[in-house]
Amino acid sequence: MEFLNAVFVAPFLDIADSPVFFAEVVIGGLMSGVMYSLVALGFVLIFKASGVFNYAQGAMVLFAALTLVGAMEKGAPLWLALLIALGVMVALAFAVERFMLRKLINQEGIILFMATIGLNFVLEGAGQIAFGSDVKRLDVGLPDNSFEVGGILFNTFDLSAAFIGAAMVTTLALFFQFTPMGRALRAVADDHQAALSVGIPLKTIWVVVWSVAGAVALVAGIMWGAKAGVQFSLVLIALKALPVLILGGFTSVPGAIVGGLIIGVGEKVAEVYWGPTFGGAIEGWFAYMLALAFLLFRPQGLFGEKIIERV
Amino acid sequence: MPATRNIGDVLLDVDGISISFGGVKALSDVSFDVREHEILAIIGPNGAGKSSMLNCINGFYHPQEGTITFKGKPRHQMQTHEAALQGIARTFQNIALFKGMSTLDNIMTGRNLKMKKNLFWQMLYFGPALKEELEHRAVVEEIIDFLEIEAIRKTPVGKLPYGLQKRVELGRALAAEPDLLLLDEPMAGMNIEEKQDMCRFILDVNDEFGTTIVLIEHDMSVVMDISDRVVVLDYGKKLAYGTPDEVRANQDVIDAYLGVAHE
Repeated sequence: MEFLNAVFVAPFLDIADSPVFFAEVVIGGLMSGVMYSLVALGFVLIFKASGVFNYAQGAMVLFAALTLVGAMEKGAPLWLALLIALGVMVALAFAVERFMLRKLINQEGIILFMATIGLNFVLEGAGQIAFGSDVKRLDVGLPDNSFEVGGILFNTFDLSAAFIGAAMVTTLALFFQFTPMGRALRAVADDHQAALSVGIPLKTIWVVVWSVAGAVALVAGIMWGAKAGVQFSLVLIALKALPVLILGGFTSVPGAIVGGLIIGVGEKVAEVYWGPTFGGAIEGWFAYMLALAFLLFRPQGLFGEKIIERV
Repeated sequence: MPATRNIGDVLLDVDGISISFGGVKALSDVSFDVREHEILAIIGPNGAGKSSMLNCINGFYHPQEGTITFKGKPRHQMQTHEAALQGIARTFQNIALFKGMSTLDNIMTGRNLKMKKNLFWQMLYFGPALKEELEHRAVVEEIIDFLEIEAIRKTPVGKLPYGLQKRVELGRALAAEPDLLLLDEPMAGMNIEEKQDMCRFILDVNDEFGTTIVLIEHDMSVVMDISDRVVVLDYGKKLAYGTPDEVRANQDVIDAYLGVAHE
């Protein structure tokens, strides 16, 4: 009885008691949700264009951030370091196409997935060899202070992250849905062979997509790096992107965003109000439980393409 | 009916093509040519190498021996998507549509190569790129009207019945305004009405746009009705080649199709 009360009654009473605090928790959740979305976005891009779950996306985030920090440590100003990091990610896209994807045209998704696991190891190793494994501080000059509106605390850094995330998503969503290039990307994702037969050059498409995913990884790397330091554990945030993707749908750019926000808010709210009942630290696994529930009842996610099967 | 069209020069010349996969010889020393504006049918029992032949013409397979000459130019090793650049479009035996995309988007992908504006404008989807998109859209609407699929314009093609999917696939191939159209079993699995519709579309395409067509088909009455010439393959070898009447009278063909008593 006490347990039921703690799960179904008490938290809602708390929420009703101090709505301002609740709003603060939700906003905190939304902000970390945007950060998850940024990582998830990279996954969605590559999944859409090649039907591959890119296991190396987390490593790409780390690698991009490391390159940026490395260039800045050598004395490059921020703008130059950004250009260098972007250049490295584009070069990586070319290399991935040339040495990995080109050999694997028309192969099963699982084989491409295995290849990205290999890529993950290469990137992690290369990052460590080139830049060492210390935690590095990244300062990109975004303001980081707090202000209050109506009793609710806001943080300018989080707000900038949210703004950047929103801008990126809007651009990408429009690009995919309405431009010929976006249509070609979707076509490639659907059927390699058919795409070739209408004359869509697979190689170009792949380079474009991996470059864009690299750029997204760079942005995610900057935001996470500025928040938590550029370190090896950035690779692990890729794991948090998984439940985001399951929620939002692997093929949907807006889905990655909404999924990220739901996970962000969900785990913060769950931690604050339900955490004590379960002995705390449920932030760590809440997202995965939510993803599991989605897999049971709506496997294509909130916005994923419907699974169509004619029998 | 064929009299109204002028059969022109040789558009595609296939000379001594051989290809094998491991120990299986899919095609051996097959030669024929396709003339402008004609309809050529490739027939033969299952496993005769018909689809392999189309795949060679289309650039999916690279024949180990022999040459393919298209528009007077002998072909070198080429990337698969280049066949489309040269004006070859095709449909597939097992339908290869973009299932998650609408009929309209599927056919629009066929216009992909005709889009000239560069990536920068495309990304902005503004100015010249928008104008260009609208022009292509108009062409695609014409094709949709032509194939009588107005009603399913916005439907994801994965949801459509088989016969309609085949029609959309034809539409996508037509959108590229090809010089040579390859149809791999365009009527497989269709009922009589659907077959009649498809025949009408194929003949209209050939008639109105002058498109040269190479098709694979099993339904003999269809083949004999619509094609100008027929190539018969059996076990990867060319058995007969000529007008429908000549092929029908060919003893080898009769043997291959009806079986021959071994003495």
